[in-house]
Amino acid sequence: MSNGNNDNQKVRSVHTARHARTPLYRPHDFQWRNLSDRCAKCKRCVTQCGFKAISWQDNRPVTDSTKCVGCHRCEAFCPQEAIVIEPNAQYLKPHPLWTEAHRKNLWLQAETGGVLLTGMGNDLPYPVLWDHLLLDACQVTNPSIDPLREPMELRTFLGRKPDMVELEWGESGPRLATTVAPQLQLETPIYFAAMSYGAISLTAQKSLAMAAEELGTMWNTGEGGLHEDLQPYAHRAFVQCASGRFGVTSDYLNSGAALEIKIGQGAKPGIGGHLPGEKVSPDVSETRMIPVGSDAISPAPQHDIYSIEDLRQLIYALKEATNYEKPVSVKVAAVHNIAAIASGITRAGADIIYLDGFRGGTGAAPTVIRDHLGLPIEIALAVVDERLRAERIRNQVSVIAAGGIRSSADAAKAIALGADAVAMGTSALLALGCTLCQRCYTGRCSWGITTQDPALTRRLDPYVGSQRLINLVRAWSAELEEILGAMGVNAVESLRGSRERLRAVGLDEQTARILGVKPAGIGA
Amino acid sequence: MRIDAADLHYSELNRRIREAVATGETSFELVNVNGQRYLADGLSAKAEFDIHGVPGNDLGAFMDGPTIRVHANAQDAVSNTMNAGRIIVHGHAGDVLGYGMRGGELFVRGRVGYRVGIHMKAYKENFPVLIAGGTAGDFLGEYMAGGLLIVLGLDRRPGEPLVGNWCATGMHGGVLYLRGEVDPVRVAGQFVSVRPAGEDDLKLIHPYLTSYCEAFSLSVEEVLAEPFSRIAPLSHRPFGAKYAT
Repeated sequence: MSNGNNDNQKVRSVHTARHARTPLYRPHDFQWRNLSDRCAKCKRCVTQCGFKAISWQDNRPVTDSTKCVGCHRCEAFCPQEAIVIEPNAQYLKPHPLWTEAHRKNLWLQAETGGVLLTGMGNDLPYPVLWDHLLLDACQVTNPSIDPLREPMELRTFLGRKPDMVELEWGESGPRLATTVAPQLQLETPIYFAAMSYGAISLTAQKSLAMAAEELGTMWNTGEGGLHEDLQPYAHRAFVQCASGRFGVTSDYLNSGAALEIKIGQGAKPGIGGHLPGEKVSPDVSETRMIPVGSDAISPAPQHDIYSIEDLRQLIYALKEATNYEKPVSVKVAAVHNIAAIASGITRAGADIIYLDGFRGGTGAAPTVIRDHLGLPIEIALAVVDERLRAERIRNQVSVIAAGGIRSSADAAKAIALGADAVAMGTSALLALGCTLCQRCYTGRCSWGITTQDPALTRRLDPYVGSQRLINLVRAWSAELEEILGAMGVNAVESLRGSRERLRAVGLDEQTARILGVKPAGIGA
Repeated sequence: MRIDAADLHYSELNRRIREAVATGETSFELVNVNGQRYLADGLSAKAEFDIHGVPGNDLGAFMDGPTIRVHANAQDAVSNTMNAGRIIVHGHAGDVLGYGMRGGELFVRGRVGYRVGIHMKAYKENFPVLIAGGTAGDFLGEYMAGGLLIVLGLDRRPGEPLVGNWCATGMHGGVLYLRGEVDPVRVAGQFVSVRPAGEDDLKLIHPYLTSYCEAFSLSVEEVLAEPFSRIAPLSHRPFGAKYAT
């Protein structure tokens, strides 16, 4: 007997009987065209499509447009530029309320009776507050600093800082007398967000791990355990403990540089996760320590955490298990009461709070949750930083901002609003080839990122992938140095929480006040 | 090694245990324990613990090998995410026992509280076994993904339910045996099947019940004299058709 459910191996579902599939009219999203005069008939488009949308018939490629997700893999690998992917031109009469997206979603639900799924981050046009914030710069009265000439400091330490620092004076000079909690040293205030093996491929995760090591920053296992191939990079990893406790053992906890309790995720606050059985390959099964093909279900809450006191209990269970040698991060989705929650997390003993805004990505989430729950990271970050300062506990915890950080500008503004560092998830996947088709949940990613099919995952070479990530983070870091220099400071520490150096354009008074930022036009 | 835990903070008590384990100590007698949390948390040595007094929450969390005997009641979250080893509680135990437990055994002589055995899971040679001698509260075996969970209902008061409500909600692996009849109202019938345990079932649980009865000087024949009910998941993919694809 191996797992006690031998008589239940047959794949069945308790929900199957409820929904009779009733297809009617549902226009597809894309139109795929092959320019036959250019086509070299190499069939590469057929093999490149992870969604099996293209077949070879009568000596030409033929597409099932209902299967095309618009990921552009075929187009990118067509040697003849013979492929054009366009929006489906079938004209639906426009309606400002009943948008095309609403109608298509409704039709799909009428057809299937199911909860709509999606991947990546929120794609609705909510206001992006980053784009209403401008940074200050030096002119005449305060000189800017040239980063080509002067050293610029991006090094960042994450972890609990002491309330005061005491020095002892010996014969060889001063010595630190205060015991400092464990710290993570990052060479740049940018690291990679949690993405589990299972949600993403091992080649994608290895790309992140290799890049983090080379950059002197961090990656995060997510909740899928630590694959043995990535052990050599564990000293640069947050190892996560989430509600499913997949792959969480004493060895796992002790192998990471830091621990993270995942309470929530910006893309799906308040709900758990179901890694579908199709993605639980033998290798994923080994890393998660669950049977092959079984759904990996993460319950919505961690059932040993129903309160701040319970959170404290798990934080200290992790610290005890690792001899108080590693910082403990708590990842939460940005929600309406986030300031009070962050205060509780700090008082519960966390060393790092990871705030994930509502635009954060996901491998799979119900669309309705992704698109309508949570809070912008800009707001969450501002109110958390403000609250922790007001309570005089800001030094006790490092604050990470994540969930839609698109550029070094977003990163700089986040740091000015109060973040110690930012984390990138979607940006990192874009660097690996993602085109934001949002079909991660299908497990068929043509770019080899969010799939476990070996034919697809091997398309992503971790050496190439990690180099692209290294390039991206180095470029952002260089831009951060430019921004710091223009602002007349030579260390990222001097920008941290410096809201006086931010101004709001086109924001209402209330929002600007919540952000703690003056309107543009008001000087010092 | 005998440690008097009176007035010791858990961090100090656990530090002493870790240091002793590191020097090769394998036998511990902890006396005057009074609510200290995290005993044997994350320990992977083959050590044995006798605990006198009531240990605090998260006893044996992330534990990977030791054997613990508690000669009193235990509190919440015993065997949290435990990987291997054995914990024997001679009294009652609290809520959230065996959460995410992947291996080893937890034997409780008395009653157990709410949320017991949530997301227990099995993998290869890892097979968790949780046996409660008394009754269990609500949410027993919720999201259970593997392993074996048995509730014996010994010393039950007349009319006292064997298990609370919402038993086996979201269960998608493993198996649950309850000694006696199960009130179907209490079980999440859309996820599991409930039937009387047969010969094969009794053969399966016999060795575990034997070691349970040995631990508490009970007669396995008497325990097996009552019929058992078996609760097993209908699917290991319970949400496969929930989504529009």
